[in-house]
Amino acid sequence: MLSIYKRRRFINALNLTISLLAMAFGLFWLGWILWTLLQLGFTSLSPDVFTKMTPPPGSNGGLLNALVGSLMMILAGVLLGAPVGVLAGIYLAEYGGNGWLATVTRFSNDILLSAPSIVIGLFVYEIYVATSHHFSGWAGAFALALIVIPVVVRTTENMLKLVPGSLREAAAALGAPQWKIIMMVTLRASKSGIVTGILLALSRISGETAPLLFTALNNSFWSLNMNAPMANLPVVIFQFAMSPYDDWHKLAWAGALIITFGVLGLNIIARFIFRNKSNLH
Amino acid sequence: MSFNRMGLRSANLSTPVFYSEAKIRFIRFYQQKMTLLQKTFPDKTQVFLDAAFKLTSLFFAFAVFSLLAGILITLVVGSIPSFKAFGWGFLTSSAWDPVNVNFGAVVPIFGTLVTSAIAMLIGVPVSFGIALFLTELSPNCLKRPLGIAIELLAGIPSIIYGMWGLFIFAPFLADHIQPWLIDYLGPMPFIGILFQGAPMGIGMLTAGIILGIMIIPFIASVTRDVFDVVPPQLKESAYAVGCTTWEVVWYVVLPYTKIGVVGGVMLGLGRALGETMAVTFVIGNAQNFSLSLLDPGNSIASALANEFNEAVGDVYSSALIELGLIMFVITFIVLAISKLMLMQLARREGDKS
Repeated sequence: MLSIYKRRRFINALNLTISLLAMAFGLFWLGWILWTLLQLGFTSLSPDVFTKMTPPPGSNGGLLNALVGSLMMILAGVLLGAPVGVLAGIYLAEYGGNGWLATVTRFSNDILLSAPSIVIGLFVYEIYVATSHHFSGWAGAFALALIVIPVVVRTTENMLKLVPGSLREAAAALGAPQWKIIMMVTLRASKSGIVTGILLALSRISGETAPLLFTALNNSFWSLNMNAPMANLPVVIFQFAMSPYDDWHKLAWAGALIITFGVLGLNIIARFIFRNKSNLH
Repeated sequence: MSFNRMGLRSANLSTPVFYSEAKIRFIRFYQQKMTLLQKTFPDKTQVFLDAAFKLTSLFFAFAVFSLLAGILITLVVGSIPSFKAFGWGFLTSSAWDPVNVNFGAVVPIFGTLVTSAIAMLIGVPVSFGIALFLTELSPNCLKRPLGIAIELLAGIPSIIYGMWGLFIFAPFLADHIQPWLIDYLGPMPFIGILFQGAPMGIGMLTAGIILGIMIIPFIASVTRDVFDVVPPQLKESAYAVGCTTWEVVWYVVLPYTKIGVVGGVMLGLGRALGETMAVTFVIGNAQNFSLSLLDPGNSIASALANEFNEAVGDVYSSALIELGLIMFVITFIVLAISKLMLMQLARREGDKS
């Protein structure tokens, strides 16, 4: 009899240890990647990175045009995508219920949320770049907006659904029309959650490379023209890292450091905002 | 004396002492403005605004749905020239010859499936272990930080995984792991064929491992969430009859959440199939068909990333778009299955409560 207990305890201990190791395995990669980035990124980081243009191989330079281009496209992407996402989310949470349009939209949204981002790039290439016959910053921003939308729809819907129905009923009982209830009561109550969603979307598109390859392309020069090919950090990193030049590799590591810590910082800020909010309730 | 928002109208009748003159003046001003607003916008306006607001939000919800449809249609239209040239043979041909304009999808599809399979082999058990750790083992104060740390793995952009894979991880594999695989597993029957060739570092194995790391956070967070929905009474009853933690997880939690876990796994698979940049860096981008995992190969996404901008001629770019369509359809099916399974779990939850 004792042996059965021993065996069960042994199996239990073994599997729990394996689960502990799995956790360590996950953290190990996070640590390794971040350590590499810090090690190689910081040694390549210099004021030049923020003040000079992307250089031809063999000469000094920085990432200024790529940083600015990325910022412009990310900003444009969020400004284009977030309102669409919030409105669609409002429909799903406040009007749609379980109707067919809401169900279909929810389903398509979940597919879009995990759809390969390179397909988004192909789509924008086909409908925008191929018809206008040139790569452009707008095409890139448009592709990024398409990635923002599903993230924002999902969080907006979830956050609006957390607002207690009694709040809506109270507003309705005072005679407020539904659009006012939504704008002034439910949206306001779930503001921080929606901002969290937008920040998460922002952090997601900051690192996206695939959709920009076929849309914004790249530009080695200073350009603020959103109608022309536009330099952006992810594509520059891709190009520089795949090149055989050492000084390009260094810049790529510096860019990688900036992107990763920007993205992770946004991620953490978003969670922090959301936690503060949930503490209040 | 309570003085709430709705009591504004009677502000002048019962002025509480603690309201300053300025504030009362403001309240009166506000009150006048509000009546003015109501006079200028009678009820009809509200009805109209209500309908307009509803229609706007409906329009955008419909836009989300049509976006998905639009992507599918665009890809189908884009792949027509390629389909006209190669027909269904595209799916069974392993040719990839831009010079003679002869293309087939076998090599990239094979590469995508193989790398995703390796990724699942690594990602699924590890994610399960992490979810188990986070729900059953971890002390409460560590649950949140550890959960966030794992989710940060998902936050790292895929291009960073690619760079790290190319410069750090691939050389490490080539120096320390692959020679061992070739020496010890290479001569074995059956599986030996998977470990032939030179230890180059880049190749399908490396791409698969990195994909495995990348999908861990997705599967782990879904699995953790579905583990959390198991009613505590169920677990407590199992503990009460003397089950060990592992037995509770294996015989109670897992059967209860089976559908959800499979849904999470499918979600991870969908991610792995479509992942682009990380794979592009380390898979080697060679259009050759090889069973050995150590050989460079190609995946659909990396073929697109590498060749689409340089594709000359309608048929070439159309063949790439057809590859994209194939990938999109596969991921669509996988993600749809995942979604349906998670919905089924959620519905069962709803029935019970």
